[in-house]
Amino acid sequence: MSESAANTSKKRPEFRNIEFSNLRTLRWPLASLASGMHRVSGAIMFFLMPFIIWMFDNSISSEISFLKFKNAFNVGMLGLPGFIWKLVALGLIWASLHHFIAGMRHLWMDTHHHHVSKDFGRQTAAVVLMLTLGLTAVLGAKLFGLY
Amino acid sequence: MNINYGSHRLVVGAHYGMRDWLAQRVTAVLMALFTVLVLAQLIFSKGPIGYELWSGIFAAQWMKSITFLVIVSMLYHVWVGMRNIFQDYAKPYAVRFVLHVFAIAWLVACTGWAIQVLWRL
Repeated sequence: MSESAANTSKKRPEFRNIEFSNLRTLRWPLASLASGMHRVSGAIMFFLMPFIIWMFDNSISSEISFLKFKNAFNVGMLGLPGFIWKLVALGLIWASLHHFIAGMRHLWMDTHHHHVSKDFGRQTAAVVLMLTLGLTAVLGAKLFGLY
Repeated sequence: MNINYGSHRLVVGAHYGMRDWLAQRVTAVLMALFTVLVLAQLIFSKGPIGYELWSGIFAAQWMKSITFLVIVSMLYHVWVGMRNIFQDYAKPYAVRFVLHVFAIAWLVACTGWAIQVLWRL
């Protein structure tokens, strides 16, 4: 191998898998934002799964446990006031809405390859993000008793 | 798929790539349909949404069976998703291994709890 060939091969850029430390410095166009938030929302629901099952358990097991379920949000639980638990619930509402709607987008792209383009990705991502935030705002307002 | 040597050998372990990719989508569709089913029963109900209505939704045997199916679907769906996340970001393999074990333990324990809630109704 000549020396010049060795030099050019040295300069070739390397693209490796994304690492956690890269996430901050990356550009986040809408399509990648929708995708990244899909991951974040999934991880949030994974870590809050015991709370989700606690809500399922208490809301459904008996009249008394149903009251306990309601009181967690209206009065408080584990030394935390009710609005903290409402905020947690709001986070879960956002996470499940985003995961559901962005998941629909992924399923659509999986089954309709001929629709997929850069523009399609950006536009549907914008729809996903707006729909999710809009519905979260509406349900959040209901949760905090604004209407 | 049976070539186990040379340049065509399978290098991704238990050839779970396609299987888990598909399973994640199938379980997603099952959970989405279930969500629509539960929401429809809430939206098209009359009167205030209280304990009677909410627990009534899960009272029928067919609804219990479907809910059981969805809980198991969720277990598998979340496992594939969390494994993807850990494979992308958890770099030292020892850390990744510990996280995988944690995810499995966490999910199996949660699944057991959810099924217990369901079947004692």
